[in-house]
Amino acid sequence: MFDRLELLHILERNARISSQELAVMLGAEEAEIIHELDQLHAENIILGYSTVINWSKTQRESVTAMIEIRITPQRNKGFDQIACQLFRYPQVTSCYLMSGGFDLMLIIEDSTLREVASFISDKVAPIEGVLSTSTHFILKKYKSNGIVFDSKPEDNRETIIL
Amino acid sequence: MSELPNSLSSVVQALPPSAIRKFFDLANEMKGEVISLSIGEPDFVTPWAIREAGIYSLEVGHTHYSPNQGYIQVRQAIADYLKRKFALQYNPNDQIVVTVGGSEALDIAARALINPGDEVIIIEPCFVAYKATVSLAGGIPVVISTRPEDDFKLKPEDLEKAISPKTKYMILGYPCNPTGAVMDRQELSGIVDVLKKYPHVYILSDELYSELSYGPEPSVSISSFAEVHDRCIVVNGFSKSLAMTGWRIGYAAGPKPIIAAMNKIHQYCIMCSPTTSQYAIIEACLNGDKDIAEMQSEYNRRRRVILNGLSKAGLDCFEPMGAFYAFPSIKSTGLTSEEFCERFLMEKKVAIVPGTAFGECGQGHVRISYAASMQNITEAMRRLREFIQELNTIKGVQHE
Repeated sequence: MFDRLELLHILERNARISSQELAVMLGAEEAEIIHELDQLHAENIILGYSTVINWSKTQRESVTAMIEIRITPQRNKGFDQIACQLFRYPQVTSCYLMSGGFDLMLIIEDSTLREVASFISDKVAPIEGVLSTSTHFILKKYKSNGIVFDSKPEDNRETIIL
Repeated sequence: MSELPNSLSSVVQALPPSAIRKFFDLANEMKGEVISLSIGEPDFVTPWAIREAGIYSLEVGHTHYSPNQGYIQVRQAIADYLKRKFALQYNPNDQIVVTVGGSEALDIAARALINPGDEVIIIEPCFVAYKATVSLAGGIPVVISTRPEDDFKLKPEDLEKAISPKTKYMILGYPCNPTGAVMDRQELSGIVDVLKKYPHVYILSDELYSELSYGPEPSVSISSFAEVHDRCIVVNGFSKSLAMTGWRIGYAAGPKPIIAAMNKIHQYCIMCSPTTSQYAIIEACLNGDKDIAEMQSEYNRRRRVILNGLSKAGLDCFEPMGAFYAFPSIKSTGLTSEEFCERFLMEKKVAIVPGTAFGECGQGHVRISYAASMQNITEAMRRLREFIQELNTIKGVQHE
């Protein structure tokens, strides 16, 4: 039997790999892989597949913002309700509860500067329980999802080494 | 330039040039246009934490000679690593010498042990340096040819036949470059049984690929057998397991008098191994496990892709359980190893190595390295299938 974590590990790095290729790499039957993938979806372990894109090389003019939010936890609901209220906005691509000096971290992608500003002033700040926000804009992505941007691996080894 | 044959050492002159020199030249001329599965070193770059440890040592000015044997903290880290990974006990004070790669260790072991006329048992197919280090030290290589039907493992009866009163040591190189063969505990135990009868035979165990084995059990060092521990010299390093080939650092661990003799040669010829690299392998010993495991898993996946590709192409191959090589038979094509590799290179632009480069018994086989990207491996296997199909078509036409 193959290792479920190894299967996830491979997919995390390359989601486009076929179940046939996975079967060969893991020394399994293709049917077993398909079954396991179904299982992983059913268990909500695999939630989706995405592509890492270097948007700065396209014509799209947008920013990525990281918003730190301090909130007052609510009775019986803790931080969850406000988090829920915030992550439902489609422009919020990630939402985390954090330890440390603030509580929630939101990541906003594919928005203009103006859109981010109005999102904060119109949607975030007025929520009861939000104490303060602090917004950071990403100026340049060097590495994201384990992938280094602007680097092409080159193989400078000799042709034959015994 | 005029030739000066009489000025050169007769031992060096007698060393045969590589068996595949012509192929070598051809492949090198085509660098850049070919997919190379002929490289005996990892395609990964040394993990950053290790590189950074080397860089930091330079930043703080560690640019001097170290003690000949290597810094004590390096030897201590190696001793701990050998104990943790292979249950080997070596005293860092006098049983370990840090060398310039595993290659230097092979060389100084030969020079420390061999008296003129001593025999050294070499198990082929094997790494090309074994025979040369023995000959250069005045020894006589005695070759045991392993067989594909034994998965290229050493059989105890073959070893026993090769041992003579003149045998000084044997070189055991498992996991094996070029075959990928591994010898497990039980198989090694058969070898130890033979060696128990011949207490004059030392064992030089080249374990550079010991972290790269793919069976259910981790690699076993022959030195972990108490019966022969005192006669074993273990050669290892992180070149293969942590992609550190260019750092030129390795080590030998063994009985105190032999390590002392090796260190004597080392101090005159080398002085000490590079200090930058010494600092880097402390990090490798202490914190390298996760990186080793990740690379090992990736090699294992590629290994399966290669085996699948070979089987689809119709080439026989025993399942290699270690290193990063497959050693399939190409006998069904009717070509020699050299012809096969040369035509595959010229017609399909893929470089692999004729088995004969590693000993005559490698005839009929080729070494395919999977220290290459999955993309290159997949494409090379597709071209291999095409190549074999074309050979078969031509053969079919000739038969009609």
